[in-house]
Amino acid sequence: MTAFEFRKRAIAASFAVSAIAMMAGSFSATAQESTDPIKLTLHDWTGQLITTQIMGEVLQKAGYNVEYVQADYLAQFAGLETGDLDVAMEMWETTGREAMDAATATGKVENFGPTGMKAKEEWWYPEYMKEKCPGLPNWEALKDEACAEAFSTAETAPKGRYLGGPVTWGGFDDERVEALDLPFEVIHAGTDAALFAELESAYQRKAPIMLWIYAPHWAPAKYKGEWVEFPEYTPECYGDPSWGSNPDMAYDCGKPFGEIWKVGWAGVKDKWPGAYEAIKAFTINNDEMGAMITEVDLDGKTVEEGTAEWMDANQDRWMGWIGK
Amino acid sequence: MTDVASIQPMGAAKPRRTGAWIMGAAAILFVLFWQYGEPIAEWAFDYPRKMEVPVAKWINIFTKWLLNDASFGLFTFTDLTRFISAVVNVPYQVVLSLLSTGYLSGQGSGAIQIVPPLPWIAVIVVVALMGLYAGGRRLALVVSLCFIFIAVFGQWTSAMVTLASILVAVPIGVVGGLLLGIGAYRWRWLERALIPVLDLMQTIPVFAYLVPILFMFGFGAIAAVVATLIYAMPPMTRVTILALRRVPPEVKDLGQMIGCSQRQMTWRVLVPSAKESLLVGMNQVIMLSLNMVIIASMIGAGGLGFDVLAALRRLDFGAGLEAGFAIVALAIALDRLSQAFANRQARPLVHEPRGFVANHPYLLAALVFVVIAGVAGLFVPAVQTYPDALTISTGTFMSRVVEWINVNFFDTLEAIKNTLLLNVLIPFKRLLLGFPWIGVVAVLAAAGWVLRGPGLALLVAALSFLVAATGQWEKAMITTYLCGISVLFATLLGTPIGILAAEKERLWRVVQAAIDTLQTLPSFVYLMPAVMLFRVGDFTAMIAVVAYSIVPAIRYTVLGIRRVDPRLIEAGKAMGCTEWQILTRIKLKLALPEIMLGLNQTIMFALSMLVITALVGTRDLGQEVYIALTKADPGRGLVAGLAVAFIAIISDRLISAGAARARSRLGLSEEGQ
Repeated sequence: MTAFEFRKRAIAASFAVSAIAMMAGSFSATAQESTDPIKLTLHDWTGQLITTQIMGEVLQKAGYNVEYVQADYLAQFAGLETGDLDVAMEMWETTGREAMDAATATGKVENFGPTGMKAKEEWWYPEYMKEKCPGLPNWEALKDEACAEAFSTAETAPKGRYLGGPVTWGGFDDERVEALDLPFEVIHAGTDAALFAELESAYQRKAPIMLWIYAPHWAPAKYKGEWVEFPEYTPECYGDPSWGSNPDMAYDCGKPFGEIWKVGWAGVKDKWPGAYEAIKAFTINNDEMGAMITEVDLDGKTVEEGTAEWMDANQDRWMGWIGK
Repeated sequence: MTDVASIQPMGAAKPRRTGAWIMGAAAILFVLFWQYGEPIAEWAFDYPRKMEVPVAKWINIFTKWLLNDASFGLFTFTDLTRFISAVVNVPYQVVLSLLSTGYLSGQGSGAIQIVPPLPWIAVIVVVALMGLYAGGRRLALVVSLCFIFIAVFGQWTSAMVTLASILVAVPIGVVGGLLLGIGAYRWRWLERALIPVLDLMQTIPVFAYLVPILFMFGFGAIAAVVATLIYAMPPMTRVTILALRRVPPEVKDLGQMIGCSQRQMTWRVLVPSAKESLLVGMNQVIMLSLNMVIIASMIGAGGLGFDVLAALRRLDFGAGLEAGFAIVALAIALDRLSQAFANRQARPLVHEPRGFVANHPYLLAALVFVVIAGVAGLFVPAVQTYPDALTISTGTFMSRVVEWINVNFFDTLEAIKNTLLLNVLIPFKRLLLGFPWIGVVAVLAAAGWVLRGPGLALLVAALSFLVAATGQWEKAMITTYLCGISVLFATLLGTPIGILAAEKERLWRVVQAAIDTLQTLPSFVYLMPAVMLFRVGDFTAMIAVVAYSIVPAIRYTVLGIRRVDPRLIEAGKAMGCTEWQILTRIKLKLALPEIMLGLNQTIMFALSMLVITALVGTRDLGQEVYIALTKADPGRGLVAGLAVAFIAIISDRLISAGAARARSRLGLSEEGQ
């Protein structure tokens, strides 16, 4: 077995090299703070990649050592609790609340505060559906049977079909349909990708579709359409059945705007105090983010190019985060 | 999955007749109870919630204790797992530096590259030389083409990261599986204990134990390697046990005659003579490790799996397909290489003392080339990394193909889908959900009794009862419905393809390439286009499951028909049978045991797709496992995962018993697998 022999020898040789390299290694970072890399997690959507890349670049400018680790949005909490991972830049109130609460309850994970972005999530339809359902975006138009039927498929007819997010996202859409007495059936997509695959399919054919869309995301930029306007969310609406149009049920309103949080390992504060302050100071708003996501996903820029432009244009802001 | 040890010969005609009676009576009782029993005994239809056993809670308490408090005195349990993790990390870092990152000083963004990684040209030449050594010029061409494909489509960087974790996982899996197998061969009690554990390792969906693994081994590539090992190692152990048993007694006698100690007997006699089968096991480990690439990328292994997920998330089908086919290319290269090494061992070894250079021409050539390319790479960047300007991509072509189909054929597809859904899938689902759980338990027990005896009856009854008692019955039935219907379609499509391919060598080659691709291409790649054409739901899930589980249906049919004794076919011809009669009366009948084994594997493959189907919105056990993962609730996940494993074990045991019966009825010898 030449392959194995070859590898064995290569390993022996390489050990020698790396051992020497380790000893000669030198580091440059702020004194008294750890020179270990701060591990930032990367997920599989563009907005998060941009947020993380900006934070990572800023930390590097401040002299910190940074490492990016690809991780699943929810599985990452196992790593954040043990300190295998340090910072997760986007934890959406709307989809990650439970996992985040469970993790912060252990005391090993800390909420680093809001990113400044707000998650908008609601029922959404393409513009061409307005012809069939002229009362939109007012939600009461959906109560009209002809309108609901325009959104139906063979399986749901005569009810309309509403494609909700994965069950793990929560969102109380089943309750909303019941409370507002909408002639719709809620179908749950299994993943984010499936949700947008259905939208893409329907949009190509100008076919009816009503689904859960969130922002910041490239979809509202790519497809023309609108969010349904439900009665505005208040905490009472979710908590108190007597509130709203249905006196017996809660959830007779739209979805709340959710904060997008930064979370991380509780040990970051002591290990890299300066970086901790910078991460807490990080903020960015929906419009900036929406523009960057669109540039990357639809105009073909790389994440690195997009963030570099932002860094150039907003030097004062990020200099403030790192106290320079 | 077959229980290798406990296949008993069945009696002759008499017990079979009583068997039919028992089955008939059980079926009649079942139907009567199902139709009229609900008003009398509601508890038999819906398992009473008060009686549910809170296993999930117990598991959570246990994992919490294990991760936080369990201690061996000097060190805790977590210290131990972290130590293992650190040990595995050493070879991983070495391979990763060699293939991908180069030798770095420091960590993270502060790291400085001291020595660059192997140039892409060097990697291709090394694998080509390995191909040449093991299988000749043709193989060298195939493997180097696979790697060139990866480079040309711009997947090199990610592919090397994936390859690094595979190269660490596979040797550990092979050695670990081998040692366990030898242990089980030597000590009967170990085998008894091991077989159910192996069953669980192979059938519990990975998502079910991902969270505890992450706590134990840390977040990153090593945890991914551990998860890969749990899934990919069992076949190696099974093959080892089987292979050692099959070593001819003469060889063992010879070993004893020349006075081997037990250690010599194992390593010098048994293992070398079973080498060929053992390399088949290694091949399985490689293939299954590549199946885990997507899940591994979710917990920090990165590589091609991450590219697939990210591409599909922005609906870039072309990019997803390219990364997916890079995984297939890796699989083909590794598979063909390992097979060639397997065949090479069959040649007699000639040992002539000719000096190092003459004995190791390939090794030397590889080393010389690596050094030359390494030095050249320092001056010519194109030697070090494949130039970006020369990469090609399908770009938006794939997305446009899907769009074209979508715009032009959606209505036709929708009509077909609705017909199937409304007339087959939904009625079948309702039927299964309407069954009383206690009746299903009883019928399964009766089948176990008839096919083998009271032991099997007890096992299947206990397992199916546990599914009900942990409150998983309804989801388990949806799982059974989805997998059952997919297995039905996979068999209906796969068996005829297998029959055709078994006869025609050229067709078989095409089919083989297609099923190899289906087995290693991540299903995510075709799942999202399927969602576009068929929407989310059971139908799309079914397509994905059928596409994956058709592989063993075809493979085992071909195997079975090819194994039919040609003399019997000659005899049939001499007696004036028509082609059709030869096929149905001789070939299919004699191939039945293999076809049933194929069915068994089809079910296993279908069940292993459950995690994926949860991603397109089914409401089965797969989704339960997925929800548990997102809520970081290991107890809930493991209970649902165990229910999946129980379904797998029940169907495996019943089918193996059936196959054994069929074999004894046909007067064929017992051959295990």
